[in-house]
Amino acid sequence: MKSVTKAYRPISWPMLGAGGDTGSWRTHRPVVDTQICTKCQICWVYCPEAVIDRKEITIDYRYCKGCGVCAVECPTGAISMEKEE
Amino acid sequence: MTTSIKKLPDIELVLSGNGACGGCPATMALRIVGKALGPNAIMLLTPSCSVASMGMTPKLGYNWPCINITFATAGSSSSGITHAVEIMKEKGRLQGELPTVFAWVGDGGTYDIGFQALSAAAERNDNFIFFCYNNEAYSNTGVQRSGATPRGAFTTTTPTGKRQPKKNMAQLMLEHNIPYVATATVAYPGDLYDKVVKAKNTPGMKYIEILAPCYLGWQFDMPDTVQMSRMAVRSGAWLLWEAENGKISFNNPSSLIINGKKGAAPVDEYVMKQGRFNRLLKSPDAASRIAEIQGDINRTIDFMRERAKITI
Ligand SMILES: Cc1ncc(C[n+]2csc(CCOP(=O)(O)OP(=O)(O)O)c2C)c(N)n1
Ligand code: SF4
Ligand code: SF4
Ligand code: SF4
Ligand SMILES: [Mg+2]
Repeated sequence: MKSVTKAYRPISWPMLGAGGDTGSWRTHRPVVDTQICTKCQICWVYCPEAVIDRKEITIDYRYCKGCGVCAVECPTGAISMEKEE
Repeated sequence: MTTSIKKLPDIELVLSGNGACGGCPATMALRIVGKALGPNAIMLLTPSCSVASMGMTPKLGYNWPCINITFATAGSSSSGITHAVEIMKEKGRLQGELPTVFAWVGDGGTYDIGFQALSAAAERNDNFIFFCYNNEAYSNTGVQRSGATPRGAFTTTTPTGKRQPKKNMAQLMLEHNIPYVATATVAYPGDLYDKVVKAKNTPGMKYIEILAPCYLGWQFDMPDTVQMSRMAVRSGAWLLWEAENGKISFNNPSSLIINGKKGAAPVDEYVMKQGRFNRLLKSPDAASRIAEIQGDINRTIDFMRERAKITI
Protein backbone atom coordinates (compact mmCIF):
# COMPACT_ATOMS: atom_id res chain seq x y z
CA MET A 1 0.00 0.00 0.00
CA LYS A 2 1.19 3.50 -0.74
CA SER A 3 2.20 5.47 2.31
CA VAL A 4 0.24 8.57 3.21
CA THR A 5 1.94 11.63 1.75
CA LYS A 6 2.80 14.77 3.70
CA ALA A 7 -0.15 16.66 2.26
CA TYR A 8 -2.63 14.28 3.90
CA ARG A 9 -1.24 14.57 7.38
CA PRO A 10 -3.09 17.05 9.60
CA ILE A 11 0.09 19.04 10.09
CA SER A 12 0.67 22.69 9.27
CA TRP A 13 3.91 24.62 8.86
CA PRO A 14 4.73 28.16 10.01
CA MET A 15 4.23 30.58 7.12
CA LEU A 16 3.36 34.19 6.51
CA GLY A 17 -0.20 34.72 5.32
CA ALA A 18 -1.73 31.69 7.04
CA GLY A 19 -5.03 33.59 6.92
CA GLY A 20 -4.44 34.69 3.30
CA ASP A 21 -3.40 38.11 2.05
CA THR A 22 -5.05 39.82 4.99
CA GLY A 23 -4.31 43.27 3.59
CA SER A 24 -7.41 42.79 1.45
CA TRP A 25 -9.51 43.02 4.67
CA ARG A 26 -8.68 46.71 5.04
CA THR A 27 -11.24 49.44 4.58
CA HIS A 28 -8.72 52.08 5.72
CA ARG A 29 -4.97 52.22 5.29
CA PRO A 30 -2.60 53.60 7.93
CA VAL A 31 -0.26 56.19 6.43
CA VAL A 32 2.76 57.44 8.41
CA ASP A 33 3.79 61.08 8.12
CA THR A 34 7.58 60.79 8.35
CA GLN A 35 7.88 64.53 9.08
CA ILE A 36 6.01 64.14 12.36
CA CYS A 37 7.06 60.61 13.36
CA THR A 38 9.59 60.49 16.21
CA LYS A 39 10.34 56.76 15.75
CA CYS A 40 9.21 56.03 19.30
CA GLN A 41 8.11 52.50 18.24
CA ILE A 42 4.80 52.69 20.12
CA CYS A 43 2.87 51.75 16.96
CA TRP A 44 5.29 48.85 16.44
CA VAL A 45 4.75 47.42 19.91
CA TYR A 46 0.94 47.47 19.73
CA CYS A 47 0.47 46.33 16.11
CA PRO A 48 -1.11 42.87 16.49
CA GLU A 49 0.04 41.86 13.03
CA ALA A 50 3.76 42.59 13.34
CA VAL A 51 3.64 44.48 10.04
CA ILE A 52 5.44 47.66 11.16
CA ASP A 53 9.21 47.86 10.69
CA ARG A 54 10.50 49.15 14.05
CA LYS A 55 13.46 51.05 12.58
CA GLU A 56 12.01 52.56 9.42
CA ILE A 57 8.39 52.76 10.65
CA THR A 58 7.15 51.46 7.33
CA ILE A 59 4.11 49.20 7.00
CA ASP A 60 3.74 45.92 5.10
CA TYR A 61 0.41 46.51 3.36
CA ARG A 62 0.22 42.96 2.10
CA TYR A 63 -0.86 41.84 5.57
CA CYS A 64 -1.85 45.02 7.51
CA LYS A 65 -5.51 44.51 8.42
CA GLY A 66 -6.21 48.23 8.84
CA CYS A 67 -7.33 47.88 12.44
CA GLY A 68 -6.30 51.44 13.28
CA VAL A 69 -4.74 50.60 16.66
CA CYS A 70 -1.44 52.19 15.55
CA ALA A 71 -3.18 55.45 14.62
CA VAL A 72 -5.00 55.67 17.97
CA GLU A 73 -1.88 54.90 20.00
CA CYS A 74 0.58 57.14 18.12
CA PRO A 75 1.36 59.96 20.57
CA THR A 76 2.24 62.50 17.86
CA GLY A 77 -0.70 61.87 15.52
CA ALA A 78 1.69 60.86 12.74
CA ILE A 79 -0.55 58.06 11.45
CA SER A 80 -3.72 58.82 9.54
CA MET A 81 -6.23 56.23 8.38
CA GLU A 82 -7.02 56.87 4.73
CA LYS A 83 -9.96 55.27 2.97
CA GLU A 84 -9.00 52.49 0.56
CA GLU A 85 -10.06 53.00 -3.05
CA MET B 1 12.21 48.88 36.16
CA THR B 2 9.84 47.71 33.47
CA THR B 3 11.53 46.87 30.17
CA SER B 4 11.07 49.78 27.75
CA ILE B 5 9.60 49.34 24.27
CA LYS B 6 12.93 49.96 22.58
CA LYS B 7 14.59 47.19 24.61
CA LEU B 8 12.10 44.49 23.56
CA PRO B 9 13.66 41.83 21.30
CA ASP B 10 13.15 41.91 17.53
CA ILE B 11 12.04 38.31 17.25
CA GLU B 12 8.48 37.70 15.99
CA LEU B 13 6.79 34.36 16.69
CA VAL B 14 3.33 35.50 15.65
CA LEU B 15 3.47 35.65 11.88
CA SER B 16 1.90 38.41 9.79
CA GLY B 17 -1.24 37.52 7.88
CA ASN B 18 -2.70 35.11 10.44
CA GLY B 19 -6.44 34.53 10.76
CA ALA B 20 -7.23 36.76 13.79
CA CYS B 21 -9.59 39.74 13.54
CA GLY B 22 -7.91 43.10 13.02
CA GLY B 23 -7.01 44.65 16.37
CA CYS B 24 -7.18 41.27 18.12
CA PRO B 25 -6.00 41.55 21.74
CA ALA B 26 -5.10 37.84 21.95
CA THR B 27 -2.71 38.12 19.00
CA MET B 28 -1.33 41.39 20.37
CA ALA B 29 -0.57 39.70 23.70
CA LEU B 30 0.86 36.54 22.14
CA ARG B 31 3.29 38.61 20.11
CA ILE B 32 4.78 40.05 23.30
CA VAL B 33 4.77 36.60 24.95
CA GLY B 34 6.77 35.34 21.94
CA LYS B 35 9.41 38.01 22.47
CA ALA B 36 9.84 36.81 26.06
CA LEU B 37 9.78 33.05 25.42
CA GLY B 38 11.78 32.95 22.21
CA PRO B 39 11.60 30.10 19.69
CA ASN B 40 12.57 27.22 22.00
CA ALA B 41 9.05 26.53 23.26
CA ILE B 42 6.12 24.19 22.67
CA MET B 43 2.60 25.64 22.55
CA LEU B 44 -0.63 23.88 23.47
CA LEU B 45 -3.99 25.37 22.54
CA THR B 46 -7.58 24.50 23.36
CA PRO B 47 -10.45 25.40 20.97
CA SER B 48 -10.61 29.21 20.89
CA CYS B 49 -10.09 32.33 18.82
CA SER B 50 -6.34 31.74 18.97
CA VAL B 51 -6.85 28.38 17.26
CA ALA B 52 -9.01 29.95 14.56
CA SER B 53 -6.28 32.59 14.20
CA MET B 54 -3.67 29.93 13.35
CA GLY B 55 -4.93 30.06 9.78
CA MET B 56 -5.64 27.37 7.25
CA THR B 57 -3.86 24.04 6.86
CA PRO B 58 -1.16 23.56 5.63
CA LYS B 59 -0.16 27.03 6.85
CA LEU B 60 0.33 27.95 10.51
CA GLY B 61 0.38 31.53 11.82
CA TYR B 62 2.61 30.88 14.87
CA ASN B 63 6.26 29.97 14.66
CA TRP B 64 6.33 27.30 17.39
CA PRO B 65 5.48 23.60 17.41
CA CYS B 66 1.75 23.88 18.26
CA ILE B 67 -0.53 21.15 19.54
CA ASN B 68 -4.30 21.53 19.35
CA ILE B 69 -5.87 19.65 22.24
CA THR B 70 -9.40 19.13 23.53
CA PHE B 71 -11.11 21.77 25.60
CA ALA B 72 -10.87 20.25 29.06
CA THR B 73 -7.27 19.12 28.85
CA ALA B 74 -4.87 22.09 28.77
CA GLY B 75 -3.62 21.25 32.27
CA SER B 76 -3.19 17.51 31.77
CA SER B 77 -1.85 17.71 28.19
CA SER B 78 0.72 20.33 29.16
CA SER B 79 1.79 18.13 32.08
CA GLY B 80 2.22 15.21 29.69
CA ILE B 81 4.35 17.17 27.23
CA THR B 82 6.40 18.63 30.09
CA HIS B 83 7.20 15.17 31.45
CA ALA B 84 7.89 13.83 27.97
CA VAL B 85 10.53 16.45 27.19
CA GLU B 86 12.11 15.99 30.62
CA ILE B 87 12.38 12.22 30.10
CA MET B 88 13.70 12.64 26.54
CA LYS B 89 16.39 14.90 27.94
CA GLU B 90 17.22 12.36 30.66
CA LYS B 91 17.57 9.62 28.06
CA GLY B 92 19.77 11.82 25.88
CA ARG B 93 17.23 12.04 23.05
CA LEU B 94 16.94 15.81 23.41
CA GLN B 95 20.03 18.03 23.38
CA GLY B 96 20.49 21.57 24.64
CA GLU B 97 18.18 23.68 26.75
CA LEU B 98 14.77 22.23 27.58
CA PRO B 99 11.98 23.90 25.59
CA THR B 100 9.48 25.98 27.58
CA VAL B 101 6.11 24.25 27.54
CA PHE B 102 3.17 26.63 27.59
CA ALA B 103 -0.59 26.42 27.31
CA TRP B 104 -2.39 29.31 25.57
CA VAL B 105 -6.02 29.13 26.59
CA GLY B 106 -9.10 31.38 26.56
CA ASP B 107 -11.11 32.24 29.64
CA GLY B 108 -13.70 29.58 28.75
CA GLY B 109 -10.97 26.95 28.66
CA THR B 110 -9.51 28.24 31.93
CA TYR B 111 -12.28 29.43 34.26
CA ASP B 112 -14.83 26.80 33.25
CA ILE B 113 -14.09 23.82 31.03
CA GLY B 114 -10.39 23.38 31.82
CA PHE B 115 -10.50 24.25 35.50
CA GLN B 116 -10.20 20.74 36.88
CA ALA B 117 -7.16 19.73 34.80
CA LEU B 118 -5.51 23.10 35.48
CA SER B 119 -6.08 22.78 39.22
CA ALA B 120 -4.61 19.27 39.20
CA ALA B 121 -1.52 20.35 37.23
CA ALA B 122 -1.00 23.23 39.65
CA GLU B 123 -1.30 20.94 42.63
CA ARG B 124 1.38 18.68 41.09
CA ASN B 125 3.50 21.80 40.45
CA ASP B 126 4.33 20.61 36.94
CA ASN B 127 6.91 22.67 35.12
CA PHE B 128 5.04 24.74 32.50
CA ILE B 129 3.38 28.12 31.99
CA PHE B 130 -0.40 28.31 31.75
CA PHE B 131 -1.54 31.48 30.01
CA CYS B 132 -5.15 32.53 30.13
CA TYR B 133 -5.95 35.27 27.63
CA ASN B 134 -9.16 36.57 29.04
CA ASN B 135 -11.61 38.21 26.64
CA GLU B 136 -14.38 37.67 29.18
CA ALA B 137 -16.52 35.39 26.97
CA TYR B 138 -16.57 32.41 24.63
CA SER B 139 -15.73 34.65 21.68
CA ASN B 140 -14.90 32.12 19.00
CA THR B 141 -18.39 30.63 19.06
CA GLY B 142 -20.16 33.99 18.96
CA VAL B 143 -19.80 35.41 22.48
CA GLN B 144 -21.43 33.31 25.17
CA ARG B 145 -21.08 33.98 28.89
CA SER B 146 -18.16 32.46 30.81
CA GLY B 147 -17.07 32.49 34.44
CA ALA B 148 -14.93 35.50 33.47
CA THR B 149 -17.79 37.59 32.08
CA PRO B 150 -18.33 40.50 34.48
CA ARG B 151 -21.68 41.26 36.03
CA GLY B 152 -23.97 43.31 33.79
CA ALA B 153 -22.37 42.33 30.46
CA PHE B 154 -24.55 41.25 27.54
CA THR B 155 -23.65 37.97 25.83
CA THR B 156 -25.85 35.75 23.67
CA THR B 157 -26.59 33.66 26.77
CA THR B 158 -27.10 36.65 29.08
CA PRO B 159 -29.52 38.73 26.99
CA THR B 160 -30.38 41.09 29.85
CA GLY B 161 -26.84 41.30 31.21
CA LYS B 162 -25.10 38.76 33.43
CA ARG B 163 -26.48 38.69 36.96
CA GLN B 164 -23.47 37.16 38.73
CA PRO B 165 -19.97 38.54 39.40
CA LYS B 166 -16.93 36.95 37.72
CA LYS B 167 -14.55 34.59 39.50
CA ASN B 168 -11.21 35.84 40.79
CA MET B 169 -9.32 33.21 38.83
CA ALA B 170 -5.76 34.47 39.36
CA GLN B 171 -6.35 34.48 43.11
CA LEU B 172 -7.70 30.92 42.93
CA MET B 173 -4.43 29.92 41.25
CA LEU B 174 -2.49 31.74 43.97
CA GLU B 175 -4.22 29.57 46.56
CA HIS B 176 -2.75 26.49 44.82
CA ASN B 177 0.61 27.58 46.31
CA ILE B 178 2.41 27.62 42.97
CA PRO B 179 5.69 29.55 42.61
CA TYR B 180 4.46 32.26 40.23
CA VAL B 181 1.13 33.90 39.44
CA ALA B 182 0.70 37.16 37.52
CA THR B 183 -1.92 39.28 35.81
CA ALA B 184 -1.24 41.54 32.82
CA THR B 185 -3.00 43.27 29.94
CA VAL B 186 -2.15 44.42 26.42
CA ALA B 187 -1.81 48.15 27.17
CA TYR B 188 1.28 47.42 29.32
CA PRO B 189 3.57 45.35 27.06
CA GLY B 190 6.74 45.90 29.11
CA ASP B 191 5.00 44.66 32.25
CA LEU B 192 3.72 41.59 30.38
CA TYR B 193 7.15 40.90 28.88
CA ASP B 194 8.89 41.04 32.26
CA LYS B 195 6.35 38.70 33.83
CA VAL B 196 6.75 36.13 31.08
CA VAL B 197 10.55 36.26 31.38
CA LYS B 198 10.21 35.71 35.13
CA ALA B 199 7.85 32.78 34.58
CA LYS B 200 10.18 31.25 32.02
CA ASN B 201 13.03 31.29 34.54
CA THR B 202 11.00 29.89 37.43
CA PRO B 203 10.78 26.09 37.79
CA GLY B 204 7.37 24.60 38.53
CA MET B 205 3.87 25.72 37.63
CA LYS B 206 3.27 29.30 36.51
CA TYR B 207 -0.06 31.00 35.80
CA ILE B 208 -0.29 34.26 33.85
CA GLU B 209 -3.63 35.82 33.01
CA ILE B 210 -3.85 38.56 30.39
CA LEU B 211 -6.94 40.74 30.08
CA ALA B 212 -7.71 40.89 26.35
CA PRO B 213 -10.43 43.43 25.47
CA CYS B 214 -12.14 42.04 22.37
CA TYR B 215 -13.89 44.67 20.28
CA LEU B 216 -16.30 42.11 18.86
CA GLY B 217 -17.47 40.67 22.16
CA TRP B 218 -17.33 43.87 24.17
CA GLN B 219 -18.73 45.96 21.31
CA PHE B 220 -16.38 48.90 21.09
CA ASP B 221 -14.57 50.34 18.07
CA MET B 222 -11.81 48.11 16.69
CA PRO B 223 -8.99 50.71 16.95
CA ASP B 224 -9.65 51.09 20.70
CA THR B 225 -8.33 47.70 21.90
CA VAL B 226 -5.43 49.23 23.81
CA GLN B 227 -7.49 52.15 25.09
CA MET B 228 -10.01 49.74 26.58
CA SER B 229 -7.24 47.74 28.23
CA ARG B 230 -5.86 50.93 29.78
CA MET B 231 -9.31 51.99 30.99
CA ALA B 232 -9.85 48.59 32.61
CA VAL B 233 -6.73 49.14 34.69
CA ARG B 234 -7.39 52.80 35.51
CA SER B 235 -10.90 51.99 36.73
CA GLY B 236 -9.60 49.16 38.89
CA ALA B 237 -11.74 46.66 36.96
CA TRP B 238 -8.44 44.90 36.20
CA LEU B 239 -5.58 44.83 38.72
CA LEU B 240 -1.95 44.28 37.71
CA TRP B 241 -0.14 42.13 40.25
CA GLU B 242 2.27 39.25 40.57
CA ALA B 243 3.02 36.77 43.32
CA GLU B 244 6.42 35.14 43.71
CA ASN B 245 6.19 32.20 46.10
CA GLY B 246 2.91 33.53 47.43
CA LYS B 247 4.07 37.12 48.08
CA ILE B 248 1.86 39.55 46.21
CA SER B 249 3.16 42.80 44.79
CA PHE B 250 1.11 45.23 42.74
CA ASN B 251 2.42 46.83 39.58
CA ASN B 252 1.93 50.34 38.29
CA PRO B 253 -0.59 51.86 37.94
CA SER B 254 -2.62 49.36 40.01
CA SER B 255 -0.23 49.78 42.94
CA LEU B 256 -1.26 53.45 43.18
CA ILE B 257 -4.92 52.42 43.42
CA ILE B 258 -4.19 49.74 46.01
CA ASN B 259 -2.12 51.97 48.30
CA GLY B 260 -4.60 54.83 47.95
CA LYS B 261 -2.16 57.24 46.25
CA LYS B 262 -4.50 57.54 43.29
CA GLY B 263 -8.22 56.90 43.23
CA ALA B 264 -9.57 54.47 40.65
CA ALA B 265 -11.53 56.18 37.87
CA PRO B 266 -15.30 55.65 38.32
CA VAL B 267 -16.40 52.64 36.32
CA ASP B 268 -19.06 54.63 34.40
CA GLU B 269 -16.78 55.77 31.59
CA TYR B 270 -15.36 52.28 31.07
CA VAL B 271 -18.84 50.74 31.01
CA MET B 272 -20.32 53.37 28.71
CA LYS B 273 -17.63 52.82 26.08
CA GLN B 274 -18.74 49.19 25.67
CA GLY B 275 -21.85 48.16 23.77
CA ARG B 276 -22.15 45.00 25.87
CA PHE B 277 -23.44 47.16 28.75
CA ASN B 278 -25.88 49.17 26.54
CA ARG B 279 -29.01 47.29 27.51
CA LEU B 280 -28.18 47.60 31.15
CA LEU B 281 -27.61 51.35 30.78
CA LYS B 282 -31.03 51.69 29.14
CA SER B 283 -32.87 49.58 31.72
CA PRO B 284 -35.04 51.31 34.38
CA ASP B 285 -32.76 50.08 37.18
CA ALA B 286 -29.57 51.25 35.41
CA ALA B 287 -28.25 53.24 38.37
CA SER B 288 -28.47 50.38 40.84
CA ARG B 289 -26.97 47.91 38.37
CA ILE B 290 -23.97 50.17 37.71
CA ALA B 291 -23.60 50.49 41.46
CA GLU B 292 -23.44 46.67 41.60
CA ILE B 293 -20.63 46.63 39.01
CA GLN B 294 -18.77 49.30 40.98
CA GLY B 295 -19.38 47.26 44.12
CA ASP B 296 -17.76 44.17 42.58
CA ILE B 297 -14.70 46.21 41.63
CA ASN B 298 -14.39 47.86 45.05
CA ARG B 299 -14.73 44.54 46.79
CA THR B 300 -11.94 42.95 44.73
CA ILE B 301 -9.64 45.93 45.34
CA ASP B 302 -10.28 45.76 49.10
CA PHE B 303 -9.91 42.00 49.14
CA MET B 304 -6.62 41.95 47.20
CA ARG B 305 -5.19 44.75 49.36
CA GLU B 306 -5.87 42.65 52.46
CA ARG B 307 -4.80 39.38 50.84
CA ALA B 308 -1.43 40.92 49.97
CA LYS B 309 -0.76 41.51 53.66
CA ILE B 310 -0.61 37.75 54.24
CA THR B 311 2.92 36.73 53.39
CA ILE B 312 3.30 33.50 55.36
C1 LIG C 1 -15.84 20.22 24.39
C2 LIG C 1 -16.09 21.35 23.46
N1 LIG C 1 -17.18 22.14 23.70
C3 LIG C 1 -17.42 23.20 22.89
C4 LIG C 1 -16.60 23.48 21.83
C5 LIG C 1 -16.91 24.66 20.92
N2 LIG C 1 -16.02 25.80 21.13
C6 LIG C 1 -14.96 26.03 20.34
S1 LIG C 1 -14.13 27.45 20.70
C7 LIG C 1 -15.23 27.80 21.94
C8 LIG C 1 -15.10 29.07 22.73
C9 LIG C 1 -13.86 29.16 23.56
O1 LIG C 1 -13.91 30.22 24.48
P1 LIG C 1 -12.61 30.69 25.19
O2 LIG C 1 -11.89 29.56 25.80
O3 LIG C 1 -12.95 31.81 26.12
O4 LIG C 1 -11.71 31.26 24.00
P2 LIG C 1 -12.10 32.47 22.99
O5 LIG C 1 -12.87 31.86 21.87
O6 LIG C 1 -12.89 33.46 23.75
O7 LIG C 1 -10.81 33.00 22.52
C10 LIG C 1 -16.21 26.80 22.06
C11 LIG C 1 -17.32 26.82 23.02
C12 LIG C 1 -15.48 22.63 21.61
N3 LIG C 1 -14.63 22.84 20.60
N4 LIG C 1 -15.27 21.58 22.44
S1 SF4 D 1 3.83 55.78 17.22
FE1 SF4 D 1 3.76 57.54 15.81
S2 SF4 D 1 5.58 58.72 16.34
FE2 SF4 D 1 5.85 56.72 17.28
S3 SF4 D 1 7.01 55.54 15.76
FE3 SF4 D 1 4.85 55.13 15.34
S4 SF4 D 1 4.24 56.66 13.80
FE4 SF4 D 1 6.17 57.34 14.69
S1 SF4 E 1 -3.64 49.28 11.04
FE1 SF4 E 1 -3.41 47.62 12.55
S2 SF4 E 1 -2.42 45.95 11.39
FE2 SF4 E 1 -2.12 47.83 10.21
S3 SF4 E 1 -0.16 48.64 10.89
FE3 SF4 E 1 -1.72 49.63 12.15
S4 SF4 E 1 -1.84 48.36 13.98
FE4 SF4 E 1 -0.80 47.14 12.41
S1 SF4 F 1 -13.37 37.77 18.35
FE1 SF4 F 1 -12.02 39.02 19.65
S2 SF4 F 1 -10.52 37.62 20.59
FE2 SF4 F 1 -11.52 36.56 18.85
S3 SF4 F 1 -10.15 36.88 17.08
FE3 SF4 F 1 -11.70 38.51 17.04
S4 SF4 F 1 -10.79 40.21 18.21
FE4 SF4 F 1 -9.60 38.36 18.68
MG1 LIG G 1 -12.76 33.86 25.77
